[in-house]
Order: sequence, then C-alpha cells, then structure tokens
Amino acid sequence: MAKSLAELKAIREKKLNEINLRHGKNGYRVVVGMATCGIAAGARPVMVKLMEEVDAKGLVDVTVAQTGCIGSCRLEPIVEVYDANNEKVTYVHMTPEKVAKVVDQHLAQGKVVDEYTMTVVDGKVIDPTVKG
Amino acid sequence: MKELSLHILDITQNSIRAQAKLVKLLIIESTANNELTIVITDDGCGIPADRLENITDPFVTTRTTRKVGLGLSLFKAAAEACGGYFEISSTLGVGTKVIGSFMRDHIDRVPLGNMADTVLTMVMSFGETDLIYQHDFNNQLFVFNTREIKDTLEVESLNEPAILNWIREFVSEGLEEIMEE
Repeated sequence: MAKSLAELKAIREKKLNEINLRHGKNGYRVVVGMATCGIAAGARPVMVKLMEEVDAKGLVDVTVAQTGCIGSCRLEPIVEVYDANNEKVTYVHMTPEKVAKVVDQHLAQGKVVDEYTMTVVDGKVIDPTVKG
Repeated sequence: MKELSLHILDITQNSIRAQAKLVKLLIIESTANNELTIVITDDGCGIPADRLENITDPFVTTRTTRKVGLGLSLFKAAAEACGGYFEISSTLGVGTKVIGSFMRDHIDRVPLGNMADTVLTMVMSFGETDLIYQHDFNNQLFVFNTREIKDTLEVESLNEPAILNWIREFVSEGLEEIMEE
C-alpha cells in the first residue's frame, strides 16, 4: 500500500495547532441533509465540496456534519448554517458551485448569500426562485 | 440512485440513526461469478420483527418528517431489477444486516460509482461511530478501518480536512490497486 498511517500521523502533527483552534466556540456549524431525499438530490458532492472549500480557505473554526430529512425534500440538497448563537440560515437546492460562494461569503466573511436561502412566510416555504 | 455507492451512503445513515457504534461494509465483486454483492452490518438498536415484515414497503416509515420511507425500497428494487436479490435480517438490541446482490454485467446495473467520496461522506457524518470497509475484487482485498486510524492518531473524530483528504486518497488509491489487472 502506497499510503501509510505513519504518513497520515506526520501530516496531522503538522496541522495540530490549526486543529486545536477548530475546537473554538466562535465558528460556524454546517449541516447537510443526508436522508434518501438529500442523497438522491446530490448531497454527497455538496458535502465533499464543503470540506474542500473550508480546507482551501483555512477556516479552522468551521465544522461540517450531517442531519436527517428536514421535511422539505423538494428543496434538497439543503445546507443549514448555525452561528455561534445557534442562529440558523437555511440554503436550498444546493450545488457544489453554490457551496463555493456560501463558503466564501458566509463562512469566511459573515455575509449571508440571500439568493440561495429558503424563506418562510406564514409557515409556508417560499421557493427561492419565486421569492422575487 | 445513479450509483450503488449512493445507496450504500443512504443505507448506512439508517445505522447511524439506530445508534450503531460499528458499521461493517463488505463489497464483493467477482467477474467469474458475475456477481456484485453489498453487505452492510451494524450493531445498532435493531428492528422489531413486526416492522421488519414490511420494511421495504415505501409507505411504511418511522420517520415523522414525511410519510414515505424510500431507502431500503429503492435498494431492493435496484437489486431485483438486476437479476439479484435483497435480504434484511435484524435482532433487537444486537443489530441489522442488509444484503443487496446484483448480476455484475446486468444492463440495468448502475455503476458502483465514487466509493472514495462515499467513504469520505460517511466518515464526516459518522461522528464517533466506526466503519470497517472491506472490498473484495476478484479475490484482491482492500480494507479501510476507522478504528485503526483513530488509535494511531489518538483522536475520537476523523472529521478534519487534513485527515479527510488523506482518507479520500487512501480509498481511491487502494481501490485502484485491487482493480488493476
């Protein structure tokens, strides 16, 4: 086997300081809907792109994890971003391209990307394409 | 689902919801037997016998967010459409085993797809749950074990970009190696 665990251990030791920072409480927590609906709609490439972009931008205090079906299957893939106060922003119909923008604007600069968010009016979900 | 690896990602999410501590994934590919078999075993809470009977009925689900449960139904339909079979067995408090077997050269069999990205996504979503993935391709074996990695690094979670990138390459290269003729 070309790759060894010793190699991984060395890579990680180099990054150890960075990793310790990640456990800070100030960062964003990002969750991706990973039920059948989400996966069929393309949640996996969205999750992979999140990891790549968070890594590329060196955002050490962002964690990415999964959640189950959120109940709006037609809006999948869904990405929820929680800030340090547990305030949530929900992005719908996500793609790897949209993820790149959300990481760059929201996670790196704190600016919500309004055009990709879900809006709820009177308890009903308004599709972002008709939000106007 | 466009890839069998997406079915695998989906079915293993059931194991996570069943509070499994260990998920075992075995993929057997044999060109001689014209077979591609996927076996997923977990040590989660298990499924009661009366629920197991109609578990692949899409209109039966325990979820409360919607009225249909599609994961196992879709996996079963995919296997049976490819001259294969589907089996599920479960014991309360012990765990659950799901098998989907396909005729490897069946025209309707979708590709296995990107296992490296599926493993990566599994690791990101598994938290402290461990994964042992064994892939047997014409008797050439690839093994990936998160416990081994956690023990070597002395960590309980592998959800860090440096580790995830390494895992993705490890799986991708390992599978390439066993599939070389």
